Amino acid sequence: MTAKIFSLFVLNVFTANFILFRFLGMCPFIGVSRRKHPAFFMSLAVIFVMVFSSIITWALYNYILLPNGLEYMRTVSFILVIASAVQMIDMVMLKTMPALHRTLGIYLPLITTNCAVLGVTVLNIDMFVKDGKAISGGFLFSVLQGLFAGLGFMVAMMIMSGIRERLDVIDLPRPFRGIPIAFIVAALLSLSFMGFNGL
Amino acid sequence: MKSLMAEFYKGIFKENPILVLALGLCPTLAVSTSLQNALGMGLSATFVLICSNILISMFKRFIPSRVRIPSYIVIIATFVTIVELVMEAYLPSLYKQLGIFVPLIVVNCIILGRAEAFASRNGVFASFLDGLGMGIGFTFTLSMIGLIREVLGAGKIWGYPVSLDFVPVLVFALPPGALLVLGLMLAIKQAGDKK
Repeated sequence: MTAKIFSLFVLNVFTANFILFRFLGMCPFIGVSRRKHPAFFMSLAVIFVMVFSSIITWALYNYILLPNGLEYMRTVSFILVIASAVQMIDMVMLKTMPALHRTLGIYLPLITTNCAVLGVTVLNIDMFVKDGKAISGGFLFSVLQGLFAGLGFMVAMMIMSGIRERLDVIDLPRPFRGIPIAFIVAALLSLSFMGFNGL
Repeated sequence: MKSLMAEFYKGIFKENPILVLALGLCPTLAVSTSLQNALGMGLSATFVLICSNILISMFKRFIPSRVRIPSYIVIIATFVTIVELVMEAYLPSLYKQLGIFVPLIVVNCIILGRAEAFASRNGVFASFLDGLGMGIGFTFTLSMIGLIREVLGAGKIWGYPVSLDFVPVLVFALPPGALLVLGLMLAIKQAGDKK
């Protein structure tokens, strides 16, 4: 069990990093990684939404959709869960933590269309439900996968925003300024993360 | 008539969704390992884009603006489910190849972006043309990346070996290759822009 959890951790954070290997959550990765501070809070919010929606979608799929033969409603129902989770977090945060809400402001609603979140919930079902039956410990694994995927997102975001802060002061050739160099940097990062394959 | 044609053309060149608007990056990078996959993804996304654009522009008067984003997402998710079921039944090998990225068409930012920026403000026919143009622009760019990566990474075009005497560069078939090709394409595009 512990070994399986550890391998899940290594898989999601390093060898199959959500951003650099699976290409999920690319839009916020390029869009919100100019500065470290917003990148950090964005990743925190993503971790929270990922864990929360992993829990709800797992229950929804195994206790409502599967017994009733409604598997084809997966995409529609999952995206609704995520959208309402984000909306709820938005409202709770506004009431209880107005300062943090102001910092995150525009990034919060964007999490709904972050493909990493829908990606992790669909991946949980693909990995931990076999032939219409949940594998043992499947619920725990999906919640942990939500957490680890979010951590992987955070690791990539923090490295990238650190590098991009430095890139701003470098005299780059004109065609590479802005987004192109961000992709080249991401390519090199992805290449170096492939080194973790030996783990 | 002339302005309607402009709605169609802008998606292909001037406002190309990938190269200019930088939208829809996840599917672009993940499924562009071969021309076949890229074309399959491009056409599926185009279908969803056109259908959701038409439906949203039809219903724009009835959707209250406060719940418009969830409503758009449900409309888009419905069409994605149609694509999912049809593809699983008739193109099972493509469905397996694209895997998780078929349901993820729902969160392709191009589709929601066009719904919000265009279809919710324009007529049915204009929205259809906008969806068609954007879809073709997306499919074309995606296929270009797919072609480059398939030739360099696997030494093949559409699954057939290229009769060139060179060893395929494996890195282009792997994730870093996708980022590298797209980064260089963006740089070339930026070099071509007026100063």
